[in-house]
Amino acid sequence: MKILEYIGDLNWSARIGLFIILFFAFCAIFAPWLAPYGESEIVGDVWEPIGGEFVFGTDIIGRDMLSRLIFGARNTIVLALLTTICSFTLGSVMGFIAATKGGMIDQVLSRIVDIIISVPTLICALIVVSAVGTSFFVLAVVIGIIYAMPVYRIARAVAMDIEVMDYVEAARLRGEGLWWIMKREILPNAMTPLAAEFGLRFCFVFLLISGLSFLGLGLQPPLADWGAMVRSNSEGIAWGFLHPLIPASCIALLTIGINLLVDSLVHKASGLRDEH
Amino acid sequence: MTDRLLEIRDILIEAEIEGQWTPIVNNLSMTLERGEIVGLIGESGAGKSTFGLCALGYTKPGCRIVSGSIKLDGMELTGQPESVLREIRGNKVAYVAQSAAASFNPAHTLLEQFSEAPVQHGKMKTSEAAIRGRELYKQLDLPEPDTIGERYPHQVSGGQLQRAMTAMALGSNPDIIIFDEPTTALDVTTQIEVLSAIKEAVKSRHVAAIYITHDLAVVAQMADRIMVLRYGDLIEEGDAREMLANPKEDYTRQLLAVRSLREQRTGDAREDTILEVENVTARYPGTTTDVLQDIHVKLQKGKTVAIVGESGSGKSTLARVITGLLPPSTGSITYRGEVLPPGLKEKSKENLRSIQMIYQMADVAMNPRQRIREIIGRPLEFYHDISGQANEARVLELLEKIEIPGSYMDRYPAQLSGGEKQRICIARALAAEPELIICDEVTSALDQLVAEGILDLLQNLQNDLNVSYLFITHDLATVKAIADEIVVMYQGRIVEQGPKKEILEPPWEDYTELLLSSVPEMDPDWLDELVQRRLRGEAPTADTLRQR
Repeated sequence: MKILEYIGDLNWSARIGLFIILFFAFCAIFAPWLAPYGESEIVGDVWEPIGGEFVFGTDIIGRDMLSRLIFGARNTIVLALLTTICSFTLGSVMGFIAATKGGMIDQVLSRIVDIIISVPTLICALIVVSAVGTSFFVLAVVIGIIYAMPVYRIARAVAMDIEVMDYVEAARLRGEGLWWIMKREILPNAMTPLAAEFGLRFCFVFLLISGLSFLGLGLQPPLADWGAMVRSNSEGIAWGFLHPLIPASCIALLTIGINLLVDSLVHKASGLRDEH
Repeated sequence: MTDRLLEIRDILIEAEIEGQWTPIVNNLSMTLERGEIVGLIGESGAGKSTFGLCALGYTKPGCRIVSGSIKLDGMELTGQPESVLREIRGNKVAYVAQSAAASFNPAHTLLEQFSEAPVQHGKMKTSEAAIRGRELYKQLDLPEPDTIGERYPHQVSGGQLQRAMTAMALGSNPDIIIFDEPTTALDVTTQIEVLSAIKEAVKSRHVAAIYITHDLAVVAQMADRIMVLRYGDLIEEGDAREMLANPKEDYTRQLLAVRSLREQRTGDAREDTILEVENVTARYPGTTTDVLQDIHVKLQKGKTVAIVGESGSGKSTLARVITGLLPPSTGSITYRGEVLPPGLKEKSKENLRSIQMIYQMADVAMNPRQRIREIIGRPLEFYHDISGQANEARVLELLEKIEIPGSYMDRYPAQLSGGEKQRICIARALAAEPELIICDEVTSALDQLVAEGILDLLQNLQNDLNVSYLFITHDLATVKAIADEIVVMYQGRIVEQGPKKEILEPPWEDYTELLLSSVPEMDPDWLDELVQRRLRGEAPTADTLRQR
């Protein structure tokens, strides 16, 4: 029951954040059982009102909004999570290597990152995605690589500060290998800033995916994702329909939830360090 | 009663520790008369800085004055609004901090910063302030007093900066100056210059001062009256000379106790040489000056060689060369008859295991995110392949050896005191079962009594395990306590080396004499006499050495 104890230790904002995340995760996992209709099933008229026969109304071609939101949670969260994890793993490992190895390796890695970062994110993604296709997996990897670059910079800067500490030197003198130093000495101490960054990056990924979807290069219809749902229903706003705001609020809510949890975790972690 | 400048009565100050307000200064009182110097002495956590600072009506963030009164020149400071207090600070009461380097703004020249307070308080015009600055620089014995004010803080040395800070404090003619450990961060040889300059300036102006320090010998030179504090309580108060001659309380006596000299051990003179540094010259990559030149050091099994010198003498660099962090440019290091490979990467695991290192700052020498069990357990696992139950048992054994309760296993370093942290670092080194331990200033960040505990421990371990120490330090008292042989270093060279007895007794090399004569003694007249002797040319000074 360690998990329950752990939750008991969290403060209120973290619990709210955790609740939001768990709620969406639940929707994502059990989507086929939860959703009243199919993901791409046309069930009614165009723009059926909110709160009528369909809880959240129907979209621009008459699909049930609620069902699409639930299926969308699955696609969006999994894709965003996969992408962010991908970018953090790649960015941190590269950053730590650059900081611990230094010299030429640092130079080469940093200049490569500079080049990629100098191309606007969306354009960069467009070029690569249009060249290699738009499968789920390709999207995750491509966006992951693009977003690994800013992570690299943070990880490198943080690791450089840690790298000059005596305890890292002590590990070196003991004869520890690069991997162990990165994993056991640097990573635990770099976790705080990286976790804070994680919450923020996660949200950026949504936005980029929805941007790509708008240009027809994101997740391909009829797959639902929240970003694309905002885009495709956006013209409804002009007619006074509030439908596009629903997926938008889902994005906002999940973002808030993640940030609440991450913030309090970061706070807790750094509090431990300040305690003297 | 006419000259009573400052009267602090029953002051109670609390600090917020883990969400609870805990008293850190317990109803202390103090009076200060014009021209009097009071020394506040105690170990860290004694509340001496907090108590001293309240003369400014100031408490550090997270602290509050609960009750009591502070009367400065008849005016009550407690409960005054910040604007009134600001008028007093820097004007009537000035403050000199421990780290001058951190207190100066690196982007402005010394004189600009000097003028700031008097000009802002409307006491002087900028041009007048400049004249006054030069006067004070001259009085405080700063070199080139007319132009030194145009330099930036990084262009002058630490000792000079501390004097420039004192000049700043004297700038607006305050009634009281609070000195908060002004020489603690300085080398002994520099400390003398700063102490005598401060003493001279304060005495000649008839300024009252509160001198906060942990070093009784230093306070003995400065203060007329001494207050000994511990855990926020007053232990003893009295006239400086009288207290030094007959301390009443046990605690004061402990602080006063001169560390016992370690008996010269009569071992076999031809014992195995474990480490031999031959002809070593080293420089940092990308620089053109050698930080170590022509170093020869020999270390025997079970013995302690102390390497003494001030900052910049290359003593820590020597440790880096021996461990392989900085490969030497020429020369060789022989360990147990084998020439060690120069770089860290070429060293065998066995080599790495047998030479361990203990650092000055135990705080940063341990990963704050690892528990004690991991910190000590890792070398066991890494070098000796001990894991699981056996690992835990061995960690407990090691903890017992360093006199730390086994219940500390699951603590993080931040949950330990300074002395305990250093003990854990010792245990980590011991876990590797080394033959040689390099101790880099291991006691200099610790309070005197705690440091003595650590030295005792190291001594006992040496007797038990027959391990050798290479002891790097700037503190001669430590050297006297622990060394078998002494190597004196100055500017990257060895000045003198030999058995402890030979080095500590005359005849001395000039630098050794300077170093030895600079260590403050408990005798209140020591500083004045030393300054006199140096003026007469009977004792070497840092300047005479530099000229050569």
